[in-house]
Amino acid sequence: MSERIAAERDGAVPSGGRPVLEAEGIVVEYGRRPALRAVDGVGFTVAAGEVVALVGESGCGKSSLARAIVGIEKRKAGTVRLKGDDVPTLGLRRRSSAMTGMQMVFQDPNSSLNPRRRIGDQIGDGVRAALARGDRGSDPADWLRRVGLDPAMVSRFPHEFSGGQKQRIAIARALAARPGMLVADEPISALDASTQTSVAALMRSLSVEAGAGMLFISHDLSVVRRIADRVLVMYQGRVVESGVTETVWQNPLHPYTRALLAAIPLPDGAGRLPLAPAEADRLAWLDEVPAALERTTA
Amino acid sequence: MGGIDLALSRGGIHGLAGESGSGKTMTALAVLGLLPGGMTASGSIRLADTEGPGAGSDSGFTELVGAPRGVLQGVRGRRVAMVFQDPSTSLHPQLPVGRQLTDHMRHHLGLGKPEARAKAEALLDRVRVPDARGALSKYPHQFSGGQRQRIAIAVALACDPTVLLADEPTTALDVTVQAGVLQLLRELADGGDLSILLVTHDLGVMSAVADEVTVMRQGLVVESAPRQQLFTAPRDEYTRSLLAALPGSSFEQAGEDAR
Amino acid sequence: MSEPRLPFADPRDGAPAGPRDGVRPGMLDPIEAAAPRWRRPRLRLGRWSAPLGILGAAVAVLWILIALFAPVIAPHDPLAQDLPILQPPGEGTLMGTDALGRDVFSRVLWGAQVTIPLALLLVVLSVLIGAIVGSVAGFFGRAVDEVAMRVTDLVMAFPTVILAMVIAAALGASLVNAVLAALIVSWPSYARLTRGLVLGLRSSNYVVSGQLLGFSAFRSLGRDIAPNIVGPVLVLASLDIGTAILLLSGLSFLGLGAKPPTAEWGSMVSDAIKNFDAWWIGVFPGLAILTVVIAFNFVGDALRDALDPKSATIKGGGTTL
Repeated sequence: MSERIAAERDGAVPSGGRPVLEAEGIVVEYGRRPALRAVDGVGFTVAAGEVVALVGESGCGKSSLARAIVGIEKRKAGTVRLKGDDVPTLGLRRRSSAMTGMQMVFQDPNSSLNPRRRIGDQIGDGVRAALARGDRGSDPADWLRRVGLDPAMVSRFPHEFSGGQKQRIAIARALAARPGMLVADEPISALDASTQTSVAALMRSLSVEAGAGMLFISHDLSVVRRIADRVLVMYQGRVVESGVTETVWQNPLHPYTRALLAAIPLPDGAGRLPLAPAEADRLAWLDEVPAALERTTA
Repeated sequence: MGGIDLALSRGGIHGLAGESGSGKTMTALAVLGLLPGGMTASGSIRLADTEGPGAGSDSGFTELVGAPRGVLQGVRGRRVAMVFQDPSTSLHPQLPVGRQLTDHMRHHLGLGKPEARAKAEALLDRVRVPDARGALSKYPHQFSGGQRQRIAIAVALACDPTVLLADEPTTALDVTVQAGVLQLLRELADGGDLSILLVTHDLGVMSAVADEVTVMRQGLVVESAPRQQLFTAPRDEYTRSLLAALPGSSFEQAGEDAR
Repeated sequence: MSEPRLPFADPRDGAPAGPRDGVRPGMLDPIEAAAPRWRRPRLRLGRWSAPLGILGAAVAVLWILIALFAPVIAPHDPLAQDLPILQPPGEGTLMGTDALGRDVFSRVLWGAQVTIPLALLLVVLSVLIGAIVGSVAGFFGRAVDEVAMRVTDLVMAFPTVILAMVIAAALGASLVNAVLAALIVSWPSYARLTRGLVLGLRSSNYVVSGQLLGFSAFRSLGRDIAPNIVGPVLVLASLDIGTAILLLSGLSFLGLGAKPPTAEWGSMVSDAIKNFDAWWIGVFPGLAILTVVIAFNFVGDALRDALDPKSATIKGGGTTL
């Protein structure tokens, strides 16, 4: 990571800035008798213009947490507040205009867009949501330009685009609503390796530029390191380590974070095999290491 | 797609990198004569004979392009085996693991039941599946994703192939699990007789295990070089741009424009 | 170059479908699931689907034209009893005459005017009622869903044809009542199909995205859901036209539909029972029913194959998935 980027990132975190999103004691359970606890008491805040990453292996509860934050998944316990207002579970009732201030980008770009509507109209839905909230309007074509697509494509249909392009369109639609908070659930994992980094970087720059907070969920640790100001490491439904990204990277305290970072293969051509954790080590991953939470500078 | 030259050395891992749609998987499938309908392979794909007259000599090759079905069927699964990204699609969900391992051996190698079972157990040991004996009677869904991929590799190795085609074998796995599978692939190659063609888009994975790397783009080979050279001194512009897009590579700075 | 999609894992462009992503892969074919058991088994036309569909469409259009122009084409008044009775075909009339001296050919032509429009009307009404009930049940769920689905269960618990007969008999024999009876037994399958499709799409990412942007339930249904389910519903409807014709002429055959002098195919076939030697009285209306039903079924199957990628043949592969 270059120092330039690190500096830019630090500058983007308003120290003591008012949080856009406050989550507290979130619990998500599936099924009954015995209920499977996917998220087990997670709390965090996201400030305006801040990118918070949530990492962890598949099945650790990160997607459930994201969906619970937005209100797609029902919370068993805990509260989520967007700019002070309680976020309700998505139901039959129409979302209030205040709640359209939280938008989501999904993993699968192919199912994120209505196949039967022109992409300009779909981005227009975002623009209308911003207007309904009394925020500034914008031109869908302009959003296409900002996500790196040809503005002339507004009247095309989703099937005319590749996966990466569809994801850019979905991002444009979410941002056109001028959200204060953007939740992105594995937005790059379904994309081509070559476009993953650029889409992630685009998401960061656009959300920072808009002054929105972003919760970026990913299992790709190298991308996370590149775009996140802070990171939450999740294991089996709990946050085991959290804090400023570079601090966590340089000096991981929790055994799970250590194993995770040691397992990343680096594209340096050295032929070094990443370290595979032994089965016995996994037990220690359930430990609580209080010092690993809320870590500030190194 | 055209003009792809690859040479796999014994006991080595050859990486095939490139974006999706660059023809990596098609190249691997061509080896097995499994190209989907409407596509044909031309040129020459030769597999060194390990038995029969001419084994070990320069002339002892089996030509696979245009080979009759019988020859290809003897090659598939027996001398060239394949592992896919998603182990749950390559394992039969309703057969115990032991059966899937021994069926291959009994069919291709003509082993008896007890011998096949003993060999299956040894194989599971070799791919580091814990409690190999007990695992034989379990079903695929009773294992974790990483274990399933190890079992899929064991199934592929059941008939002692000389070439293992691994198509994105770790892409669906968590990074901590991926590390273990990569170690296993390395060990298998180091064991001597097995050559592995590793198809992956992940240059980190490539850097960890591949000895030689070939980069493909739009059906063509853009660069082929030993690992160290390819990652530190790529000659092709495209290879350089791929590396630049990666955090943690020696070319990372160049990729900051993406911001 | 483009790589064809392979049956096994090809993760690259398509996303690894998560448990919530989309409903298509691995889902029970909604049309298959909605169709009641008695409905004819699915034809597997394979690569003949498109040509047979065109042939079917041509025959169907021909019959619709016949229905429209029957008064012009028919050589005789279908009700006039002025010809020699029980005349075999070829002796003065194309298809012979019946026991009352009516021209069978003219009656077959006029019969198209009765059965085809009523069958189309029946299907349109079933689709409308079924789609409305199904979307409301699927989208709003809970009590609405529960009530709607128990009603469909109730109807679908009885053998369709027998239930239609009972209702038609209870309402009194007339064509309108036959259509009403057929409607009562046929809307539930559309309600089930629509409900299933709506349920599947409800949790899809783009519907959820719309809701996050403040779409009302009505807008979600209209903008995001409805346009994406018309395809399968129309396929089922087109497959059902043939069935509707069979059901309506079946009721008339049993005397529960068209009343005697009306030239209706089902009742014409039933007239033939009384004069078994005069084969032409029954065979020609029977052939009319057969050709119309097969024609509409070919159209429906071709539509389904065209709209449903799962049943399409993979190019070059030649295997039906």
